[in-house]
Amino acid sequence: MIRIEPREATSRTFSVGVPVLSALISLAFAAIPLLAAGANPITAYGEMFKGVFGSVFAVTEMLTRATPLIFTGLAAALAFRAKLWNIGGEGQLYLGAMAAVAIGSGLLDISGILLIPIIIVLGAAAGAAGMAAPTYLKVRFGADEVVTTLLLNFIILIFVQMMLEGPLQDPMGLGWPQSAPVLDQGMLPPLMDRMRVHSGLILALVLAGLAQFMLARSVWGFKLRAVGENAAAARHAGINVNRSLFGVALISGGFAGLAGVSEVAGLKGYLTADLSPGFGYTGIVVAMLAGLSPIGVVIAALFIASVFVGADGMSRAMGVSSFLADLVVSVSLLCVLVGGFIAKYRIVRSGKAGATT
Amino acid sequence: MMDLLNILLSESFWAASLRIATPLIFGVLGALICERSGVLNLGIEGIFVVGAMCGWMTVWLGSGLWGGVLVAACAGALFGLLHAILTVPLGLSQHVSGLGITLFATSVSYFTYRTALPNVSSPPRIEPFQALDIPVLSDLPFLGPVLFQQTALTWLALLMVLLVWYVLQRTALGVAIKAVGDNPDSVDAQGLSVYGLRIGAIVAGSALMALGGAFLTMSAFDAFFFGMVNGRGWVCIALVIFASWRPGKALFGALLFGAFDALQVRLQTEMGALVPGQIFLMAPYILSIIALVIAARSADYPRALLTPWFKGQR
Repeated sequence: MIRIEPREATSRTFSVGVPVLSALISLAFAAIPLLAAGANPITAYGEMFKGVFGSVFAVTEMLTRATPLIFTGLAAALAFRAKLWNIGGEGQLYLGAMAAVAIGSGLLDISGILLIPIIIVLGAAAGAAGMAAPTYLKVRFGADEVVTTLLLNFIILIFVQMMLEGPLQDPMGLGWPQSAPVLDQGMLPPLMDRMRVHSGLILALVLAGLAQFMLARSVWGFKLRAVGENAAAARHAGINVNRSLFGVALISGGFAGLAGVSEVAGLKGYLTADLSPGFGYTGIVVAMLAGLSPIGVVIAALFIASVFVGADGMSRAMGVSSFLADLVVSVSLLCVLVGGFIAKYRIVRSGKAGATT
Repeated sequence: MMDLLNILLSESFWAASLRIATPLIFGVLGALICERSGVLNLGIEGIFVVGAMCGWMTVWLGSGLWGGVLVAACAGALFGLLHAILTVPLGLSQHVSGLGITLFATSVSYFTYRTALPNVSSPPRIEPFQALDIPVLSDLPFLGPVLFQQTALTWLALLMVLLVWYVLQRTALGVAIKAVGDNPDSVDAQGLSVYGLRIGAIVAGSALMALGGAFLTMSAFDAFFFGMVNGRGWVCIALVIFASWRPGKALFGALLFGAFDALQVRLQTEMGALVPGQIFLMAPYILSIIALVIAARSADYPRALLTPWFKGQR
């Protein structure tokens, strides 16, 4: 008889090894769809590598792609730590982006350096509001936040389309559903000449570091972890659970909103309804690969951005669909989930285990 | 006001309501079976996509329509099995596994479609299910167009409501499935397999979900598009709670949703000049959230929902 029993302690080897192995397995898995598409996997991996690391431009493109994923990854990681299932990163991203263009494209004609911080703060606030609402419905009515945040993603995206055909539409845009551009003084400065990588990346890295510190060292972080591990026990210990949930909801939504700010005010310059190719959802994978650790999020976001940028390059060179990247990303999520099981439990013959208890 | 009354009294409105409700009926029933056994299946959105893609592609490759339906159901069952393995014997997070299945199933479908058809501008069409034309019945006033001029898949959906109701309420298997979602220890004590019952329920439920997807490409439309499922799976997850895990109420919830969706399309054409069309497009999702909020307070969740169970551990 085979039995499953928990390991006494999860070692550090596992917490680093599982995500790394998951990443490698998911990359190896890509050989199957590559073969099915009639491509030589070795050549394809080569093209992918070249697509990410083949030139300075390629690396900066990867960093550009990683930037929103760090934000949405942090959004998911912090919320999941408190067992608040924020699946609404995609919608919150668009709320942040909408706030950024609404303010940044001329509503506030502020010259000098003041416009950027205002855009950042209000963009984050818009995202935070987008997570506060479902958290209220959860705390007040017991409405499952998984479902409400998922449904809100669709509502918000339709709302964006409505705004882009209405109040936010660029009057000079010849009727295209896109917003007016963010003013020059509202744009996050680029990090390198003639490259797209922008200072949103720096903001993401600083916030990841701050989140790591707060989570590990602060009272707030302690309460958050306590609520996530056992809400009833935390309540019993005198922690105001609802307040903790709202706190993390605002921060999580704020991070997702910043992903939108950074895409609009750092990269695109204006808002369209196809701003995000699912960064909010991919952020969940990033957070899981990272083991819900903020520093881990940075590393996982770099990996996943490499997969996307590499697959784009491979797709251009070999004509294999770039949906391959989504496939690899989803497989990596499933792998890390199974890996988490292996790290937490071991399988034993119950005859032997019975003797020890 | 007169317009609204005219809409509500028209045959085409009720026929459309039932048509729009059909994929949701499949989806809600599927989600209901999974959750009754104690496992949330957030793979539903992706399983819809797989069902839509596989059903369509099987027919496009030359099979008959029912062959497509069968392949869709099997593909859904396969992804359901993967979710079942991850969440039942391994006891992993049902939330994360389900989202993983949705991402995986969606990307497998999109990759397969793109690889089979690398450069098409307009998606190839198939000959979809036609409206049944039952002698006498189809010519009945009102009921004829509403009920008897639907496609075979709509009838299959209604049949499934009866079947799921019968199995859950009237058979030993149904009693066991409900028990395993409420109190797996008691089921185990009776010598039944908790794992077996849960895995079976998830596989069967996922096959039903895939039929909801197949309806989209084989009956509602005649081709496969990216993004065509568009949140229908998530709506089903909300509707299950609204239906308090009962097949009859699930049918009611899906019909209510269908009626509302049919109404918004008609209001949109009548009032399009006054209000932006997107308001109407948002309405079904907002309605789902409202339904969830109303139902959540008194929701009688299967007691072991989301709780993994391991053999030999209490």
